[in-house]
Amino acid sequence: MTAPLSLTDLEQRALLIREDIVKMLSLAGSGHAAGALGMADVFTALYFAVLKHDPHNPQWSDRDKLVLSNGHICPVLYAALAHAGYFSRSLLLTLRKLGSPLQGHPHRLALPGLENSSGPLGQGLSQAIGMALAAKIDGKNNQIYCMMSDGEHDEGQTWEAILFAGKKKIANLTAIIDRNNIQIDGYTEDVMPLEPFRKKYEAFGWHVIEIDGHNMQAIIGACHQAVAIFEQPVAIIAHTIPGKGVEFMQWKPEWHGKAPDPAQAQLALQELRSLGGKIRAEG
Amino acid sequence: MQKDNVSQPHKATRDGYGEGVVKAGRKNRNVVVLTADLAESTRSRLFAQEFPDRFIEVGVAEQNLMGIGAGLALAGKVPFVASYAVFSPGRSWDQLRVSVCYSQANVKIIGGHTGLTVGEDGATHQALEDIAMTRVLPNLTVIYPCDALEAEKATVASAEYVGPVYIRLSRFPSPLITTRDTPFEVGRAQVMKKGKDVTLIASGPLLGKVLQAAAVLAKKNVSAEVINLHTIKPLDEKTLLTSLNKTKAVVTVEEHQMYGGVGSTVAEFTAQNCPVPIEFVGMPDHFGESGKPEELLIKYGMDVPHIVHAALKAFHRKHLD
Repeated sequence: MTAPLSLTDLEQRALLIREDIVKMLSLAGSGHAAGALGMADVFTALYFAVLKHDPHNPQWSDRDKLVLSNGHICPVLYAALAHAGYFSRSLLLTLRKLGSPLQGHPHRLALPGLENSSGPLGQGLSQAIGMALAAKIDGKNNQIYCMMSDGEHDEGQTWEAILFAGKKKIANLTAIIDRNNIQIDGYTEDVMPLEPFRKKYEAFGWHVIEIDGHNMQAIIGACHQAVAIFEQPVAIIAHTIPGKGVEFMQWKPEWHGKAPDPAQAQLALQELRSLGGKIRAEG
Repeated sequence: MQKDNVSQPHKATRDGYGEGVVKAGRKNRNVVVLTADLAESTRSRLFAQEFPDRFIEVGVAEQNLMGIGAGLALAGKVPFVASYAVFSPGRSWDQLRVSVCYSQANVKIIGGHTGLTVGEDGATHQALEDIAMTRVLPNLTVIYPCDALEAEKATVASAEYVGPVYIRLSRFPSPLITTRDTPFEVGRAQVMKKGKDVTLIASGPLLGKVLQAAAVLAKKNVSAEVINLHTIKPLDEKTLLTSLNKTKAVVTVEEHQMYGGVGSTVAEFTAQNCPVPIEFVGMPDHFGESGKPEELLIKYGMDVPHIVHAALKAFHRKHLD
């Protein structure tokens, strides 16, 4: 790993990743904007300040693993992997094109740095548990991170996995939940209420940390705290703003599964670049 | 080489798996076994007793079972995920498709309690669709052993094979048709009896009845060749082609829906490569019901007389053409 980045550097990096997400989606002409933009800070924190990993050796056996369960936000994962050095950033612009390793939903075998294939919701946590169990059996100390959406908690399999991780007290597992309150058909609390969300996890034997998913220091602090929690799986509920950084997308369920057209992308990029200026001024 | 009388020893294919997976576990410490509240009746208990640290109980949660299996495999383990086929891959098919097959995760899926011979438990528990569900998935190998010895060999072989494998098993004790010395190779069909007039292709324990039917046919001066198609996918096209070019008539026999199973597999192949009259013995687009295994096989047409009838029909159709 390279030298750790300052919080200002991380925030700048997250903005660049957001810009890449907008460009990728605009060129692809389809894809999921809101969740990808909303999770840019969390993914930046993970790949640049939390994960023990080596972009030049993606199969390093002692690496921490990041399992993406809600595969549709993969533009943020692809952009973070490219920025971290797993592959060239120029590849990002091939998203969703014929022959591209950047599939519409991620395919493990297509691209270095991907730990799993996903798309159908609710499958990631089980796989992360399997990896965590394997690490335990092998006496490894690596941490398994599972990135999940709030909407995929409608799936029964998600709760099967939560129940199991509680039973097994899987401590090398950290679930990070994007609590952005939207899903395809509207707001989560209208489609299928999840609250009291924290209490549900706690009732299943998990330790829960709630954070502002756009506060770099909070994200990194929560991840470190999660590793320190003894004999309990940890859920970090990251409260995020869907579409974060692009005002006309923020909080809009209709941007869940949509890509900006060229004019919208232009507007979005302008806004993101002006945010970059503000970070510099504050830093 | 094989005898067809009732005094033969009987053993269920699930017992072959149970013994096989222990052997596989002794050979390779990466072998782990998971079950969804069915340790005893899938015969995974034997493994759990010998390797308690490599046995994982996930409760009645087949989707999680398949998903955890995928995660273990992606981390280098060789997981056997065992349940009843109606539940897994029945309920866990999406997980099998994406977490396992698309990802090429090295998971071995054990589908127990298949076929009508599940008997008294009735239609809900009689898996008659699982071959159709599994053989359409890219990267997945599909194996249906004919007896307990073959199930044991298939289990050991699948642990050594890299890639996802589905093994279809039965609860009902059936005759031992093969011996310890009978070779087993994934993807390699076996000619159990040579013949020239009609080819009988069987998958699973009904192979015993097919051999009996061949003996009945011999008395009617019809020489039947019998093939044990233990691997449904990948299909051993060479063995099939050699036989069908000779006999020019074929019958498929399976404890599975006629649509989508072994019959469909063979029909797809013959239609493209050697169009010959084909007859299907299997479940005629119908759910099962409670009853004794043998009663059910008679009622739904998977007994020796029905196999003989289908063989004669295929044989006569050949001469009409």
